[in-house]
Amino acid sequence: MPLLELTGVEASYGPVKALHGISLSVDEGQAVAILGANGAGKTTTLRAVSGTVHTSGEIVFDGHRIARRPAESIARLGIAHVPEGRGILAELSVRENVLLGGVVRRDRKAVKADIGRALEYFPRIAERAKQQAGTLSGGEQQMLALARALVSRPRLLLLDEPSLGLAPTAVSEFFRVVRALNQEEGMTILVVEQNAKIVLASTQYGYVLEVGEVALHGTSEELKGHEGVRASYLGY
Amino acid sequence: MASFFQYVVVGLSNGGIYATLALALVLIHRATGIVNFAQGEMGMFATYLAWSLIYTAGITYWLSFSLTLALAFLGGMFVYLAIIRPFSHRSELTVVMVTIALLVILNGAAGWIWSPQQKFFESPFPLSVLSVRGVVMSAQDLGVIAVSAACALIVWLLFRFTRIGLQLRASALGPATSRLLGIRVTLMLGIGWGLAAMLSAVSGMMAAPVVVLTPSFMLIVLTYAFAAAVLGGIDSPFGAVAGAYILGVGISLLSGYVHQIGPELQLPVALGVLLLVLMVRPNGLFGHPIVRRV
Repeated sequence: MPLLELTGVEASYGPVKALHGISLSVDEGQAVAILGANGAGKTTTLRAVSGTVHTSGEIVFDGHRIARRPAESIARLGIAHVPEGRGILAELSVRENVLLGGVVRRDRKAVKADIGRALEYFPRIAERAKQQAGTLSGGEQQMLALARALVSRPRLLLLDEPSLGLAPTAVSEFFRVVRALNQEEGMTILVVEQNAKIVLASTQYGYVLEVGEVALHGTSEELKGHEGVRASYLGY
Repeated sequence: MASFFQYVVVGLSNGGIYATLALALVLIHRATGIVNFAQGEMGMFATYLAWSLIYTAGITYWLSFSLTLALAFLGGMFVYLAIIRPFSHRSELTVVMVTIALLVILNGAAGWIWSPQQKFFESPFPLSVLSVRGVVMSAQDLGVIAVSAACALIVWLLFRFTRIGLQLRASALGPATSRLLGIRVTLMLGIGWGLAAMLSAVSGMMAAPVVVLTPSFMLIVLTYAFAAAVLGGIDSPFGAVAGAYILGVGISLLSGYVHQIGPELQLPVALGVLLLVLMVRPNGLFGHPIVRRV
């Protein structure tokens, strides 16, 4: 049984429909990519899972039917959503942002250990603990957002276009951590990206969305070889 | 020189009353993004509740004080959840109008329940005076200074060093992000309103013995508290408290040394100074624009 399963999920922003019946599934320990052009519904798909957009259809996470539940109770089930634009609280310190990842967890000792573990991935974040988070560079903010998500010890990590606005070196550094989390720690990850090359190299499976529907899906290897994907997203 | 220190003590005492209410205004402004014009009247209403507990139910002062704080907390949460939140997706102006309506309703309700006539409200502090090296200080003033300073300290400790404080700050700064982290934002904002109502209650109970209790006695305190919050920076709790003490001491010194400034001119002069400060520093003395890289 998959850890996350969407069946016929529709979503809309007021009168504008963004998803027209998406079905996809993510197995435990799998890293799955969602590709697509702007407006294809990638971000909305993640928002449907984390409960931050109005949806209809079925979403099951770990046996719980989570569609139409409030976002905070979905988060407490173990879904960490690093949103588009990172969702860093700029006015708080870097340290406080990291602490927020574990602020609703009751196992305080384990939180401490998880903070240490998360900061091992991002030594630069640890160095800047006292700084105001808004003063970090874009790449550092993306790392901080991921570190914070890790501190919540998620069972499913949702990443929304982490490469957006980052320098190429920051992008490859970020995805090196994503691969490590998935391959060494077995973390389940669903990642939205426009940068198809790096995301297909970091995932095992992928979905391609077009105007709110799944146009194509397959293993990342298959997608890399698919002519349409190559023409539209890989550029060769 | 002795009279100078006496003016300072009186100023700090009045400033403490403004500071407590100004802190409440800043909490609400940070949590909900609006100025709560009913903040003073919430304190007034709580003070009347305390009056009933002391004079009708015959409960001792400090027990009444504590019960009033608990009731104020619940009342503040109720106001947010039942009255403010239903309007929260509307424009800020709408919500501000709601708070003005609440001001008028609470004011009228207090007059209806307790009658608009002046009431005596006792001070928990003795009437004695202390003399230290020729500086005469009333126990009343020192008590108010201690209570208001304790309030500011507790609020600071709560927000700075506790998990609930971090959640309160996060909910105010980024409600959408906070929900993704599992924080119960609505509950947190309700708690914020509850805390603000508690602070208003303290401010009211400290002011009532000085001003005498009527349904409108907090309006003047609200004006000073608002001036203090804007002076210090409406988004800075530290600034609001500092602004309130500056305002309190400034007015006390001014009316002490400049005899042309009687009670009638105190408020206009204070607000005139405020306008001048804001022309030079639009974010207040301690407010600062947020640095953010993208």
